[in-house]
Amino acid sequence: MTDTANLFLEVDNLKTYFFLHEGTVKAVDGVSFNLYKGRSLGVIGESGCGKSVTAHSILRLVPSPPGREVDGKILLHLHEGSNGSSTEEIVDTLKLERNGPKMRSIRGKEIGMIFQEPMTSFSPVHTIGSQIMENLLLHTPGISKKEARDRTIEMLQRVGIARAHQQVDAYPHQFSGGMRQRAMIAMALICGPSMLIGDEPTTALDVTIQAQILDLINDLQAELNMALMYISHDLAVVGEMSDEIIVMYLGLVMEHASTDEIFDNPLHPYTLALWRSIPTIEGKLERLTPISGTLPSPFAHIPGCPFFSRCERRIPGTCDAALPPLKEVAPGHWVRCVLY
Amino acid sequence: MLVYIIRRILMLIPILILMSMVAFFLIELPPGDWVSTRITQLEMSGVQVSADEAARLIAQYGLDKPMPVRYWRWVEGIVMRGNWGFSMQWNKPVNEILAERVPMTIVISLSALLLSWIVAIPIGIYSATHQYSFLDYVFTILGFIGVATPGFLLALILAWVLFAKFGFSMLGLYSREYLEAPWSFAKFLDLLKHIWLPLILVGMGNTAGTIRVVRNNLLDELNKQYVIAARSKGLSEWKLLLKYPVRLAINPLLSTVSFILPGLVSGSVLIDIVLSLQTTGPVLLRATLAQDMYLAGSIVLILSALTVVGALLGDLLLIVVDPRIRFGRAEK
Amino acid sequence: MSSQTPIAIPQTPEAPPETIIEPGKAATDERYYYASQWQLIRWRFSRHKAAVVSIVLLVILYILAIFAEFFSPYTPDTRFEGYQSAPPTPIHWIKPNGGGFGPYVFDTVRELDKETFKYIYQPDETKVLPIHFFVHAEPYKLLGLIRTDIHLFGVKEGRVLLFGSDRLARDVFTRTLFGARISLSIGLVGVFISFVLGVLLGGISGYFGGVVDDVIQRVIDFLLAIPGLPLWMTLSAALPRDWPTLKLYFAITVILSILGWTGLARVVRGKMLALREEDYTLAARGAGASAWRIITRHLLPGFTSHLIVSITFNIPGMILSETALSFIGVGIQPPAVSWGTLLQDAQNLTAVAQQTWLMIPALFVIGTVLLFNFVGDGLRDAADPYAR
Repeated sequence: MTDTANLFLEVDNLKTYFFLHEGTVKAVDGVSFNLYKGRSLGVIGESGCGKSVTAHSILRLVPSPPGREVDGKILLHLHEGSNGSSTEEIVDTLKLERNGPKMRSIRGKEIGMIFQEPMTSFSPVHTIGSQIMENLLLHTPGISKKEARDRTIEMLQRVGIARAHQQVDAYPHQFSGGMRQRAMIAMALICGPSMLIGDEPTTALDVTIQAQILDLINDLQAELNMALMYISHDLAVVGEMSDEIIVMYLGLVMEHASTDEIFDNPLHPYTLALWRSIPTIEGKLERLTPISGTLPSPFAHIPGCPFFSRCERRIPGTCDAALPPLKEVAPGHWVRCVLY
Repeated sequence: MLVYIIRRILMLIPILILMSMVAFFLIELPPGDWVSTRITQLEMSGVQVSADEAARLIAQYGLDKPMPVRYWRWVEGIVMRGNWGFSMQWNKPVNEILAERVPMTIVISLSALLLSWIVAIPIGIYSATHQYSFLDYVFTILGFIGVATPGFLLALILAWVLFAKFGFSMLGLYSREYLEAPWSFAKFLDLLKHIWLPLILVGMGNTAGTIRVVRNNLLDELNKQYVIAARSKGLSEWKLLLKYPVRLAINPLLSTVSFILPGLVSGSVLIDIVLSLQTTGPVLLRATLAQDMYLAGSIVLILSALTVVGALLGDLLLIVVDPRIRFGRAEK
Repeated sequence: MSSQTPIAIPQTPEAPPETIIEPGKAATDERYYYASQWQLIRWRFSRHKAAVVSIVLLVILYILAIFAEFFSPYTPDTRFEGYQSAPPTPIHWIKPNGGGFGPYVFDTVRELDKETFKYIYQPDETKVLPIHFFVHAEPYKLLGLIRTDIHLFGVKEGRVLLFGSDRLARDVFTRTLFGARISLSIGLVGVFISFVLGVLLGGISGYFGGVVDDVIQRVIDFLLAIPGLPLWMTLSAALPRDWPTLKLYFAITVILSILGWTGLARVVRGKMLALREEDYTLAARGAGASAWRIITRHLLPGFTSHLIVSITFNIPGMILSETALSFIGVGIQPPAVSWGTLLQDAQNLTAVAQQTWLMIPALFVIGTVLLFNFVGDGLRDAADPYAR
């Protein structure tokens, strides 16, 4: 796991807060992880747990105001030149100007991103091709329009769009959801980035198409040797996509382990509850247990464990007194719970 | 798509027919028939009208025929010969009176519309990107007042202020020396000197409305995922803003042309009257006061027809700029 | 509800409704659960300060108009011979030579300027004319019923011309108050006619659908495409000039309503289409309720608040149209007074340049229109907190 040559991203104690009228929302409150080229990290949690904000923080896409990355480091290990032998540059994106030239040179070129809603990820009044090509034209100095167009058609073919030389001039509304998501992948990958962030890229798709898209992402990750950060609330998908999983709840990492470990030996009551809330094929036909209660108000100040109010194994007086630390209970397996 | 355009153009025909009927109804509305009024008018100016002459006039204007026939003759005259009738008040054919004034009305209405967009779009963009800033509040309040303030009263007030403070008469479109002069560059410059006030006044309401529309649309668009997706490509903020959300936020302006134009034309008629411009407005007023119905009816018809044609052009333009409509609606 | 929103602010899926009404505060306030729709609207409206102030000012304006005889010192036709186009009489408070405190005016004397041959009005500071309240002056019938001669204020001798006088030496203040009657009421009457037409035709259109709907929609399209003012001008010009004021008033109101109902009909139809598929409408139909009963009992209450908002925004348009028509001389005809006819005097720029006070009615028109817009804005926010 300490493969320094392939280390691409170090997130250290990231805190992203939203300062709203009604109060401060600690959307991400101290998240740390490393990500390597060729490996993948799954981030899982309910809506509003901070998984998307984490991803947006890496690319500095958090709308500001009201959002701000108040603390932490996001270090990118960038390599000049095409082969890994050249010089390495370490950039802290949190130190960069939010929409400044250096940050913009990272977006799209070093890190590509796929979004959840294929229906709204493209501007409806520009052709698919022109929107993909734009990425290439921005990051490739001296490329001609013709060349960019050819590369775009090639890329569309690679992501499985039939008749790409015609579809390059199509408008988004002429594409189905699955096709748009393929085009979105083409747009994110056309500059050959070192890392791909998928922010629930298959949530809005049919199950069969979902599987195709997941395969496509897996293939391309291997082919381009990318680091992959995959965000979802769907356990099955995350399990399939990632080598390593982070479980988030209200801006905090609750459990962090390799995919095998976390599926075989889930420890945190929240993780267990998540596992119980999904149906399994081999499992007995038992009732699915939803997680009791609702998420606390995002404005609430919770001194102890944020999961306390919904936890089945809570210890009053202990759990709600102080926030438990993230402990490494087995090699590479971290849990934030007083039980371990 | 061609089918859609042709259908839209064909749909104009019944509307225009209906409008011509309304206009003809207006012409026939006042008590007393046209020819007897004309004869009285001629006799008052000392021209003796013989019984034969009277009968000839009655036959010429078809007053001995039933109303549908009279309507048909009137429409036929307009469509086949471009003959809009005869104005008693001016003692001239309607065509001659309107020849210069209708184009001026078009120029004023269209320029006011364009000017209001040119002013409103940047302000709307600023307000949306600087939401709740001081200037945003200022523009919101100004916009609110602009929507509510009647243009013709403001015209009255401004004309008075300019006259009282600077001794500067804003009335009319030309200075006295160019009034009857043929078109020349100097006359054009003189026109520019006068036309800005009516343009601002006619466009004011629409400017304020457009600021609101652009601001609200852009605020909606700015939160859409395609904006963030485009930003994640590394596009600079200005390029991003202008290329994607702004384009989508101002597209709908074209579709609002169809309900902005009638109000704009109404407002311009009033403002033109207050500022006594050389357009159709003041002529219409004098015609209605004198019950010169051929002239009044013609102006009502021309203004209405221009409005629907303008609205159609707006819709067609929207088809050109918005592929969703180009491909979507056309297929239905 | 998942994290596709770019901001991804954590949010509780079942946000209780009162957090929308009253963010931050009153999250536990139970009264919101039990409040009726109208109470909610009233609460929300009362938070819109500009709208509340506006509605108070509008009520005051309407009271001034209804009791114009009482609030004005004279009648609209009272002429002060020798005081044509006199400027407003300034009101003073501290009387000279220790005479105490209280409103008073100086008498005005007129002199002929020998160079310009214009009359100039000078206060005669030796003659202090105190303003009296509840004075007996010209008799009138309050509300057309009660015979009385009490006016709110007046002077025993001399004149008090708050807004000056016009070229026929009539008090502009008095005339403005009387003009408010026609100007302010025509908005209400016109909107009432539009409302009846709009709800009726919009309701029919939305409830029955089909061919009826198509026909009514095409008529609306057609009417919306016509520039209103030229049509109104021509129509009202065709009205006989010798009609009595009341008849002319109603004719003009009807003319203005010809185009005015279309907007309301659109609102009614749209809401009707949405509501008629609701379960409770189907249930009522299943129970054998008549179309009329379903429309009036089940559908109309569902969007009364939206209707009120539309109406509020329509009133200023009506007022403006009347003002415009009367102003250019094809609307209400003198001797009847409306703000529009008063403004006819302001058409002559040279006159206004010297007699600024002739513009005062214009301020009343603009003010009234703004007030109605503020109220409409407040009502819209109150009736539908989700609409921007």
